[in-house]
Amino acid sequence: MEAEAAKYIGAGLACFGMAGAAIGVANIFSNFLSGALRNPAAAAGQFSNLIFGFAVTEALGIFSFLVALLLLFVV
Amino acid sequence: MADPTKVDPIHQFALSDIVLLGEFSFTNSSLFMVLTTGLIGAYLILSTQKRAMVPNRVQLVSEMLYEFVANMVSDSAGKAGMKFFPFVFSLFMFVLVANLFGMIPFFFTVTSHIIVTFALAMLVFVVVVVYGFWKNGFGFLRLFVPSGVPGYILPLVAVIEVISFLSRPISLSVRLFANILAGHITLKVFAGFIVSMGGLGWFALLTPLPLILTIGITALEFLVAVLQAYVFALLTSMYINDAIHPGH
Repeated sequence: MEAEAAKYIGAGLACFGMAGAAIGVANIFSNFLSGALRNPAAAAGQFSNLIFGFAVTEALGIFSFLVALLLLFVV
Repeated sequence: MADPTKVDPIHQFALSDIVLLGEFSFTNSSLFMVLTTGLIGAYLILSTQKRAMVPNRVQLVSEMLYEFVANMVSDSAGKAGMKFFPFVFSLFMFVLVANLFGMIPFFFTVTSHIIVTFALAMLVFVVVVVYGFWKNGFGFLRLFVPSGVPGYILPLVAVIEVISFLSRPISLSVRLFANILAGHITLKVFAGFIVSMGGLGWFALLTPLPLILTIGITALEFLVAVLQAYVFALLTSMYINDAIHPGH
């Protein structure tokens, strides 16, 4: 297999990592929403925890996107 | 990807020398870092010059930024952490303005280079480690020994905690770098789709589709620019809290 073809296949495979990150982000927001609908008064106080949790989880999905980009454009 | 008909999204990140200074040079990256710092300094100083009790609009923006970061630092790191407020505020403003500058067409995005974000993350890491040891002595190592862990599993947990601590600068820098890099490449690629759609005969009628998508992605990139600056500053405050009060 030529290196060029392997790069594209590798980039496509790397995108599978984003599935886990997507589920993780969805978990965070869905838990926040169900908690906020039960206790709206406390929801505002947890907003910054929400954003922090979202950012660290999304980072892992971005890492996998980064691997795909590295394979496509840098290797 | 040297094919000229294809979109080349990497060229926007190329460094170009403006002034050669022996071994080093003043590049476009340096220029935008200087512009970023200059804008931040000029805005903050000039807007608060009058020190009005009832702020006008420009002073209000500076006060809102100050209060936002001050609340974040005092919530994460407590009163003792407020001595790091200038550090966290500078980091936040630099990353925020650098990210936002990158959204302007034809401007260079400083934070899209790993070396820039890695330098910032290493700065945070070194500050945390040095202050942690200076303030707590070897008590800083209590950070790696969470309370309530049974004795037999403690060595394993300690090793895992050390590895996760050492991965902090990497995750901090790669999070910012990858978000900004991926966003800008995506923008370039989708913008390329608009242009190449236009040259496809009847399919040119579908050109509004990639245009709308690119507008949406641009809006998302603005959100990411602000959010990543906030997350960088928030994580810095949390790591500083670990340095001041080690031990979970």
